[in-house]
Amino acid sequence: MTAQTEIPEAKTAELGKARLRKEDERLITGQTNWTDNITLPGMLHIAFLRSPYAHARITSVDVSAARNEPGVIAAYSGADFAAEQGSLPCAWPVTPDIVIPAHPPMAVDEVRYVGEAVACVVARDRYAAADALAAIEVDYEQLPPVLDMRAALEDASPKVHEAGNKSFDFVFPQGDLDAAFRDAPVVIERTYRQQRLIPSAMEPRAVVCSCVGGEFTLWSATQIPHVLRVMLALVTGVPEQNIRVIAPDVGGGFGSKLQVTAEEVLAVLIARKLGRPVKWTESRSEGNMTVHHGRDQWQRLRLAADRDGRIRGLDVDLLADMGAYLMLVTPGVPLLGAFMFPAIYKMDAYRFRCVGVFTTKMPTDAYRGAGRPEATFAIERMMDELAVELGMEPLAIRERNWIKHEEFPFTTVAGLTYDSGNYEAATARAKELFGYDALRKEQEQRRASNDPVQLGIGISTFTEMCGLAPSRVLGSLAYGAGGWEHASIRMLPTGKVEVVTGSSAHGQGHETAWSQIVADQLGVPFEDIRVLHGDTQISPKGMDTYGSRSLTVGGMALVSACDKVVEKAKVIAAGLLEASADDLEWAPGRFSVRGDPDKGVTIGEIALATFAAHNLPDGVEPSIDAEATYDPDNFSFPHGTHLCATEVDTETGFVKIRSYVCVDDIGAVVNPLIVEGQVHGGLAQGIAQALYEEAVYDDDGNLVTSTLADYLVPSAADLPSYVTDRTESRAANSLGVKGVGEAGTIASTPAVVNAIVDALRPLGINDVEMPCTPERVWRAIQDARGGEQASAAEQHAARQSDQTQGHSPQGIGTPDPTGGAA
Amino acid sequence: MAEITVTVDGVKYSDHVEPRMLLVHYLREVVGKTGTPIGCDTSNCGACTVLLDGQSVKSCSVLAVQADGADITTIQGLANGGLHPLQRAFHEEHALQCGYCTPGMILAASDLLRENPHPSDEEIRDGLEGNLCRCTGYENIVRAVRRAAQAGVSE
Repeated sequence: MTAQTEIPEAKTAELGKARLRKEDERLITGQTNWTDNITLPGMLHIAFLRSPYAHARITSVDVSAARNEPGVIAAYSGADFAAEQGSLPCAWPVTPDIVIPAHPPMAVDEVRYVGEAVACVVARDRYAAADALAAIEVDYEQLPPVLDMRAALEDASPKVHEAGNKSFDFVFPQGDLDAAFRDAPVVIERTYRQQRLIPSAMEPRAVVCSCVGGEFTLWSATQIPHVLRVMLALVTGVPEQNIRVIAPDVGGGFGSKLQVTAEEVLAVLIARKLGRPVKWTESRSEGNMTVHHGRDQWQRLRLAADRDGRIRGLDVDLLADMGAYLMLVTPGVPLLGAFMFPAIYKMDAYRFRCVGVFTTKMPTDAYRGAGRPEATFAIERMMDELAVELGMEPLAIRERNWIKHEEFPFTTVAGLTYDSGNYEAATARAKELFGYDALRKEQEQRRASNDPVQLGIGISTFTEMCGLAPSRVLGSLAYGAGGWEHASIRMLPTGKVEVVTGSSAHGQGHETAWSQIVADQLGVPFEDIRVLHGDTQISPKGMDTYGSRSLTVGGMALVSACDKVVEKAKVIAAGLLEASADDLEWAPGRFSVRGDPDKGVTIGEIALATFAAHNLPDGVEPSIDAEATYDPDNFSFPHGTHLCATEVDTETGFVKIRSYVCVDDIGAVVNPLIVEGQVHGGLAQGIAQALYEEAVYDDDGNLVTSTLADYLVPSAADLPSYVTDRTESRAANSLGVKGVGEAGTIASTPAVVNAIVDALRPLGINDVEMPCTPERVWRAIQDARGGEQASAAEQHAARQSDQTQGHSPQGIGTPDPTGGAA
Repeated sequence: MAEITVTVDGVKYSDHVEPRMLLVHYLREVVGKTGTPIGCDTSNCGACTVLLDGQSVKSCSVLAVQADGADITTIQGLANGGLHPLQRAFHEEHALQCGYCTPGMILAASDLLRENPHPSDEEIRDGLEGNLCRCTGYENIVRAVRRAAQAGVSE
């Protein structure tokens, strides 16, 4: 072939362009490939029988009658899997002496939460499978449930597991805390509750598994096809090379699909037993009970400060509810918060302690933000409390303590080195958009006139660590895997490009954003790039999508792979142009000879030349494809200032968000449209924690909020419109990106609660427990008006006597989260 | 088994179904219209919304036998070739992320605009409160419906 010398048109950079998404066409026309849409010839349907008890010994299971029901192919109890089902994995043994109990995918001897699978039916269709469950007979001997984290640590408590109810006790001391608190002029102590949440991705979980000649293909609504493949091999003993995992279109995850589930493992085992493809799709009520939950902590904080507002030290004691078992990263979730309590603030000393506790409830695990929302909530609430204590403006107390923009890079008291940030700039912009001073004036007027509707202003100057993560750091934290990401670039003969990524999108828009990155790196049109992901046979290597890591790690892997493509192409270009490689210049898309810009060859022409391979230089392989595995050397640290104005009706307790302004610094932006969408969705979930959502168990350990009628995922009518903007300080990586997936969720919860408490502060109220429902706000007001200051503990007591909501009185009533253990 | 005749996206189907079969299962498993997903089992989420004789219904709360003789429109039949203005508006306003709620959201919005061609933002939010989305925070969904209304989708 001959190299053409046509110079490509100058292209505008793709980075920063609000490209409409490539993913949308199939999603808006219903041409989707959800796991539940998959049908294979001869496919059977699985239905699970689940424990109605929070804690019980299984004395017998009889599935024989179910086997005789019409259309039923098989029925199994836990005993049928006992020899092969292994134990569901926990990949994060956070302390050397952590207790990690065996976690059989199907219970054999004992059940430890309502919803745990005890038997299953495999039938010709989903109706027949569900019908036949009624024919299974299970005898249980009930055991006492363990529902309150604090009571669980008392000696007299019934045990969830033989080894006791404490899983681990993790302590992270930094600096001389005693010195910081000794003679401190101001010490504030508060206890906060992080309620239990249900992640509620709109697509329920679904699994399809086929087994042909010992080779398994598993389709699953998962965030982690690569991790799942390794774990399925380790759990079931099926050789890893014989397992292919496919995550087709996945309808949201938010951490809930970052899991290796009982149903996935059992689908593999059943497909192997029967030699036929099987499918299981959960119902929402089944999912609310059995998809891992999020949060669920008691937080006790002590903060020492000088009279001028300078923070001296922070002492954090957490109790974290693990639920009945440790799942994939269950114990690691609260520990991700260990590094984030000091947030953007300077202090002399810090101590973090977390005790992980077993209860007879669904296990907890990652939910959007995972550990960081909890930390951010606590410190941002404490900053407001400190401001009140000292009579300072809440923004002023933050500014007094935050890291100044000229101090970056800055190593925090928790030992993290923040590479960049500008808290002043984000805060100034947010104040301006919010109309901060005018709202403060209005607040004064409403207070002065004793307006029944009080105005509150909530602040959250948050940061987070994301881009999980440097493998070496993960190793030092005893995490069971690395934090790298993989990418490869396939240059097709027609000049088009296939990009293979180990990130596994489930709504994030990687097909679009990754195309933009590669377009800039290789100088090929956005439209000529196709992004492949989510199938371990196509994308054999990856660490998947969670922890706001895809762009900062997976995106950087793309850049590395593109660099290698260009490097390889350069050798071939030199041959085609009969020039020395040293004399070539690369402008994205084309090599030209220095001093002779007309003489050049495009990357597409080089791809074609390698396809033909007729005239390549000696010893050069006929390929410019490349792959790269990128391991970051630090986390990234997005930050921002979120301001929320609430109107609180003191007669009804109703909270209305009047305005919400957020200014986020997430570094450089690839696609502002996608970024804004991520922020919106994150805000909605954080606001939902503040106002609406709570997973509630009753006294017997039944999940009361098992449907979307009881668990209040907010609708459009429940949420405000948001004002969003950005400031930018580039991260240290070459793209300058920080990650955005969790920012809104991490930042917004304390902004809303701070606003509610700010509105009620003149009444002597300093906390309302989440979710701040009208009833709770109203009760807090009634208690305050009863002449006493309503502390969090008194609100708990009020709730205990309240039977109308059916809320469990377990887990409330004592302000000390550690039960005196500290 | 009961015999029903239903028109789905312009095609007539006659089938024998169990009386208890839900319309959404009929659409997905018998007719093969998998563009209509299922998000819950209590009629709260709206993911399975379709148009039944022009009116939006949650197809998980209708039995297939109740749809006998009806004309059903799913997301796969909303546009006559190309994209419906609401589909285009959802794309242009980035009103979807994972896309699971999108078919139901678009069909509910089409019914909303049929009844109220020029809704305020508050009317859009109230009109869509039967459809849940976990990704977008609704901001861009409201923008998309507003954009489609301005384009005169119902006229």
